[in-house]
Amino acid sequence: MRQIAIYGKGGIGKSTTTQNLTAGLGLMGKKILVVGCDPKADSTRLLLGGLAQKTVLDTLREEGEEIELDAILKPGFRDIMCVESGGPEPGVGCAGRGIITAIGMLEQLGAYTPDLDYVFYDVLGDVVCGGFAMPMREGKAQEIYIVASGEMMALYAANNIAKGVKKYATTGGIRLGGIICNSRNVDGEKELVQAFAEELGSQMIYFVPRDNMVQRAEINKKTVLEFDDTAGQAQEYRNLATAINNNKMFVIPKPMKQDRLEEILMEHGLMDI
Amino acid sequence: MDSREKILDKYSSKVYKNRKEHVITIEEGEPNVIQADTRAIPGIMTNRGCCYAGCKGVVLSPLKDVAIITHGPIGCGYYTWGTRRHKAKGDENTQSFGEYCFSTDMQETDIVFGGEKKLKKAIKEVVEIFKPNCIMICSTCPVGLIGDDIHAVAAEAEELYGIKILAFSCEGYKGVSQSGGHHIANNGLMRSVIGTGDAEPMKYSVNLLGEYNIGGDGWETERVLKRIGYNVVSVMTGDGSYAELKNAHTADLNLVQCHRSINYIAEMMKTKYGIDWIKVNFIGLDGIKKSLRDMALFFNDPDLIARTEAVIADEEEEIAEGMAHYKTRLEGKTAAIYVGGSRTHHYINLLKTLGVEVVLAGYEFGHRDDYEGRDVLPSIKRDADSKNVESITVEKDPENFKSILTPERLEELNNAGVHLEEYNGLWSDINDNTVVTDDYNHFETEEFLKLLKPDIFFSGIKDKFLIQKSGVPSRQLHSYDYAGPYAGFRGALNFAKDITMAIYTPAWNLVEAPWKNTPTLEGSLGGTE
Repeated sequence: MRQIAIYGKGGIGKSTTTQNLTAGLGLMGKKILVVGCDPKADSTRLLLGGLAQKTVLDTLREEGEEIELDAILKPGFRDIMCVESGGPEPGVGCAGRGIITAIGMLEQLGAYTPDLDYVFYDVLGDVVCGGFAMPMREGKAQEIYIVASGEMMALYAANNIAKGVKKYATTGGIRLGGIICNSRNVDGEKELVQAFAEELGSQMIYFVPRDNMVQRAEINKKTVLEFDDTAGQAQEYRNLATAINNNKMFVIPKPMKQDRLEEILMEHGLMDI
Repeated sequence: MDSREKILDKYSSKVYKNRKEHVITIEEGEPNVIQADTRAIPGIMTNRGCCYAGCKGVVLSPLKDVAIITHGPIGCGYYTWGTRRHKAKGDENTQSFGEYCFSTDMQETDIVFGGEKKLKKAIKEVVEIFKPNCIMICSTCPVGLIGDDIHAVAAEAEELYGIKILAFSCEGYKGVSQSGGHHIANNGLMRSVIGTGDAEPMKYSVNLLGEYNIGGDGWETERVLKRIGYNVVSVMTGDGSYAELKNAHTADLNLVQCHRSINYIAEMMKTKYGIDWIKVNFIGLDGIKKSLRDMALFFNDPDLIARTEAVIADEEEEIAEGMAHYKTRLEGKTAAIYVGGSRTHHYINLLKTLGVEVVLAGYEFGHRDDYEGRDVLPSIKRDADSKNVESITVEKDPENFKSILTPERLEELNNAGVHLEEYNGLWSDINDNTVVTDDYNHFETEEFLKLLKPDIFFSGIKDKFLIQKSGVPSRQLHSYDYAGPYAGFRGALNFAKDITMAIYTPAWNLVEAPWKNTPTLEGSLGGTE
C-alpha cells in the first residue's frame, strides 16, 4: 500500500488534481482510498458526484464513539473509497486537531485495509500547524507531492511545505515524490517549476496544462476522466497517474532560503511580468 | 564556600548564570539586588503555578456570590476548587457557591469544533439552576489555542440574562508565573465591577485588599477592625462578594495586605477615585499594631485613636500568657520560609516575636519591588513576558473622585511615619546574612535543608512532603494545613501553638527508612560455595 499526501497553496487545484489523478489510477485497476483533510469536506465531490458524505468528525460529534465504518466511507467512481475528515466552520475551533482526531478514528475503525493499493490524503493549504502535518507524521503517508504553479506565492508555499517534509523526513521517514505543476498559463512556467523542483533536489513529476474542460467537468460534479475520457485533458491526467505509479524518485527535500527562491524567480523572468 | 556558593556550584554554567541572580545572601549596608519575575528554567522543578491558577484560583475564587465557570478540560477547574481553604459563608442576602465547581468539561470534539456553544449552554444552566447575580468565565490553555471568543459570549449572555457576566483571558501559558493571572483578574474587576454600585459612603470605611481568608484570616482581621469602629466596605477577595465589590469605590482608605496579587487595583483606585492605600500586615503583633495605628492616624479622630489603643491592649492581654509560654519553647529556633509574593514577608515579624530566626526566605512569584521595595519600580525593565500580560490604565472619575487629605495633613502623616502608597519590601524586615532565593526549586530545597538545617520549613503542598520526609517539620502557609486563622492577635497564638506542636513532634525524624539499615539484596560471593 502506498500512502500519499498531496499538499499545496490554497486554491492551487489540489482537490481537482487529486481526484483526476486517483480516477486515472482507478482506471488502471488500482484500489484506492481518498481521505479529504479539509473542513469544507469537498475533496471527494467529483469522485462521488456531489457532496454526498457525512464527515468523520460530524459523525463523531453526533453519534459519540459508536461509529460504523460504512457510515463515513462511500465508494465513488471506479469504486474509489472516499472519506472526509470534516471539521469546524470557519473561524472557530481547531481544524488541525480535527484532522488528527479524524485520522486516528479511521485507523481505529480499520479503514486502511491491506487490499488497498493507494491511500491519498488531500490536505488543505499550507502546513500551518501540527494538525495539518498529521498525514506526514507517524508513518502515515510515505510520499508527498506538492501541487504548484509558476506563480510566486505558489512556489513560496511549496518551499514552506518542503520544510515540513524535511522536518518529518528524519523522524517519520517520509519523502518528497515531486512537484505536480498545475499550469496557470504563466510565461516560462514549466522551466521555472522544473528549476524550482531541481533546486529542492526533487523533480517536476508532471506538467498538467490548463484546460477549461476541467471546469466543465467540475460543474457536472465529475472528474474529466468520467465526464469525457476522450478529451485531451483526460489523457493528461492518465499520464500523471502513470508518472506517479512509476515514480521511483523519493528524496528528502532541500528547502531554499528566501533569497535563493527569489533568485530562481528572477532567473526565469517572473519578476518582469 | 558559603551555602549560597555551594548550591550554585552544582549548576551547569548556563543554569548558574541564571540562578546566581536569583539566589543571594543579604549583605549589610549593600543595596541588595535580586532578579525576580522572570522565566523559570525548564526542567528545574519550580514551585510556581500558572496564569489561570493566579486569576481563577487565587483572586476570583474567593468571591462567594460569583459562579465561576472554568472554560476548559475538567482538571483545571477541579484542582483549583477549594484546595486553598479560602473560607466563605453565605447568608440570607448573599449566595455562596464555594461548594460548587463549575466547568465546561471540554472534550475533544469541543476542541475541534470550538467550545463557544458549550460555554453558552453552561452559562444557561448556571443561570437557570443557581440564579447568580454575577458569573465569571476563566479561560484555560486550549481555549486560547483554538481562539474561542469568550468575551463575545459573555457580552451576549449578559444582555440575554440581565446579570453581570465577565470573561478573563487567563490562559495558563501566559506570563512567567501565576503573577500574570493576578494582574488579569485585577484588570477585569477594576474595569467591570468596582464602581458600579450605588451604596452610600460610610464613616471610617475601608477596603481590605489581598486578604483571601485562608483558614479564616479575614474574619479574624475584620473582627478586630469592627471592634475599633471601622466599616469594612469590601474584602478583596476572601469571603468577599460581587455585591460588596461594586461599592468598593465608596471607601475612604484601601488596606493592602498582599502587595503582589492586588496592588494593581489599589494603584488604579488611587488614580480613578483618589482613594489612598497603605500597606498593612495583620500577621504578627508588630505588624498588626503598626497597621492599626497607621489607620487611626490616617482618619485622625481622637476617639478612633483611643479605641485603637484600647483594643490593642485588650487583645494583647488576651494572648499574652500563651505567647509568652510558646516563646519559651521556640526561642532560638530557626526557620525557612518560602511562600507566594508577600506572605514570606508577613510572617517574619511574628517569628521574631516568638524568638524564631529566619535563615532562608524567598518568594515563588514576587517581583523585585516585593523584595527591594517600591523605590526600584522605575528601574524594573518590562520584558517580552511582562508586556505579554494585559496592563490597563484608568482615568480620573470626576463624579466619584475624592481627596481626603490636605497637603499639610499628608506632610504630617509622613512625619509621623505613615507612608501612603509605599512598600519597602522584604528587605525592610530581613536580617543580614539571610539567604534569599527567588523562584525556588526542589534541588535547592533539598540542599538548603542539609546546609542550613532549619528547625521548621514553611512553604506549600508541592514540597511539603519532601521536606517532612527529610525529617524537618513543614507547615503550609498557603493553606495552613487545615488549621488557622493565623492573622490577628488570636491568630498569632494559633500559629505559635501549631508550630510548637510541629517542632516538638518530629515524627519523620524518628523513623528510619528500612533500606538504610537492612540489606535489601541477598547474595553470596562467587566461587565460595
